[in-house]
Amino acid sequence: MAEEFDVAIVGAGPAGSSAAAVLAQKGVKAIVLERGEYPGAKNMSGGVLYGHDLAQIVPDFGAKHCPVERNIVESQIWYLSEDGGYALSFLDRAFEGDLKFNSFTVGRAKFDRWLAEEAARRGALVVPATVVTDLLREGSRVVGVRTDRPDGDIRAKVVLLADGVNSPLAAKTGFRPEVKPEQVALAVKEVIELSEETINERFHVGAGSGVTVEAVGTVTKGMDGIAIIYTNRTSLSVAIGANLSDFRKRLVRPYEMLEDFKAHPRVAPLIACGKPKEYMAHWIAEAGYDAVPGLTGDGYLIAGDSGMLFNALHREGSNMAMTSGRFAAEAILEALERGDFSRRGLDGYLSRLRGSYVMADLKKYRCFNGFRLRHDELFSTLPQDAAYAARQMLTVDGTPKKLKQKAIRRKVFHDISPWRLLRIVWDGWRSVK
Amino acid sequence: MSVRIEDKLFLDRFRVADEAHIRIADGEVCGNLCIEQPCLYFCPANVYRLEKGRIVVAWEGCVECGSCRIGCPYLNIEWRFPTGGCGVSHRFG
Repeated sequence: MAEEFDVAIVGAGPAGSSAAAVLAQKGVKAIVLERGEYPGAKNMSGGVLYGHDLAQIVPDFGAKHCPVERNIVESQIWYLSEDGGYALSFLDRAFEGDLKFNSFTVGRAKFDRWLAEEAARRGALVVPATVVTDLLREGSRVVGVRTDRPDGDIRAKVVLLADGVNSPLAAKTGFRPEVKPEQVALAVKEVIELSEETINERFHVGAGSGVTVEAVGTVTKGMDGIAIIYTNRTSLSVAIGANLSDFRKRLVRPYEMLEDFKAHPRVAPLIACGKPKEYMAHWIAEAGYDAVPGLTGDGYLIAGDSGMLFNALHREGSNMAMTSGRFAAEAILEALERGDFSRRGLDGYLSRLRGSYVMADLKKYRCFNGFRLRHDELFSTLPQDAAYAARQMLTVDGTPKKLKQKAIRRKVFHDISPWRLLRIVWDGWRSVK
Repeated sequence: MSVRIEDKLFLDRFRVADEAHIRIADGEVCGNLCIEQPCLYFCPANVYRLEKGRIVVAWEGCVECGSCRIGCPYLNIEWRFPTGGCGVSHRFG
């Protein structure tokens, strides 16, 4: 392909396709290179997407048959011990009314393909089954990409790197430092098929409505991690993940941990008689603000997971991907107008990110990753003791409650010193305030 | 809990490439220097297996997370993307 494009985009995920859609709408000649057999073939997330950010790119996404699985009306947080644990649930009718599609589940193989098709409809050229193996450079400037196709060099005025968190291209070219194990979580996920009615009954929702469950506790075996259950139309997404450096230290097999989670007393009844349909694994870019690389350079920009734009506390990533892709496209439009594709010419991208919730939220939670990594009691002793306390207080055995409280206090302070407990609460609060 | 990874990988659709996308750079490092061999555990597809004291690479079932590339204590694993269109293809995602 000797053709020259205005913009070459690496990766047809939410960031890349959003950028392509915005650019193509303005008549910019954009090519999107996707390594999967089709867009979405390699992609995985828990599966929650956000209407606000999508609507900025495809305002009428409902009418355009966006492959929504279920509109989320209820969010649950579980704090689990080995034998059970606590559950907190928030349900709001507003999410069925004015706030409908605030968040909804998707299967990424379907959604990413749909979004890429929207970009293609607007005139972008989406080329799947093509790996970008290198960047073309002239001096320090990026002037295109090299692909694994014969004669696969593609020249472009600007390259947008939206190739996700796992990027051998980043490692090879050094435009972003290679990710370190403590900067990502490794998550495994299974899609478990159940009938639509069964899901409605088990999660107490009507047709089209859904629930998200985020579970923390001993299920990640003392590692900094989280498990989720998200409702799709006729399946559940059941996933569990933990920081990769923890996996490496503790020699835990991710798929065994997933199987243990599926057998947990809170989980087993929800997935009973379900049929596993797909198994996959992916990183989560959870290191936050301090791991964000330089997002612009001469002739290139970085968006989405590739730029580590992910809010670990709120599990928001797809929204940041779509919005950073849109911002990148807007900055590229300015650069095209001025004919300046240098780092300075692309500066509009950074000012947009800084002026938005993306950088504001990343900054707000910049200490959250370190907090979790430094306090592994959150995933071991604490949930066990919290469950012990509840079990003691709920057991009717003739013991006066005051004695029970005393026993609980003794056990908790034996397992964790009062000083350490205070420290966890204080550090935790400071990391999210 | 005992679980067979084969049962999970069996659910997935793979288009196997002609050549391997994973290679152990120096087998001696795994045998002589690496005590814990964490890749045998953290790999979600159990790509790395011990056979007769040596680590073998069942790259055909790789689910492409990349963990071995950065998780190997000796950065002794060469890992690239499979050829375009090859490897795992999610149907749901």
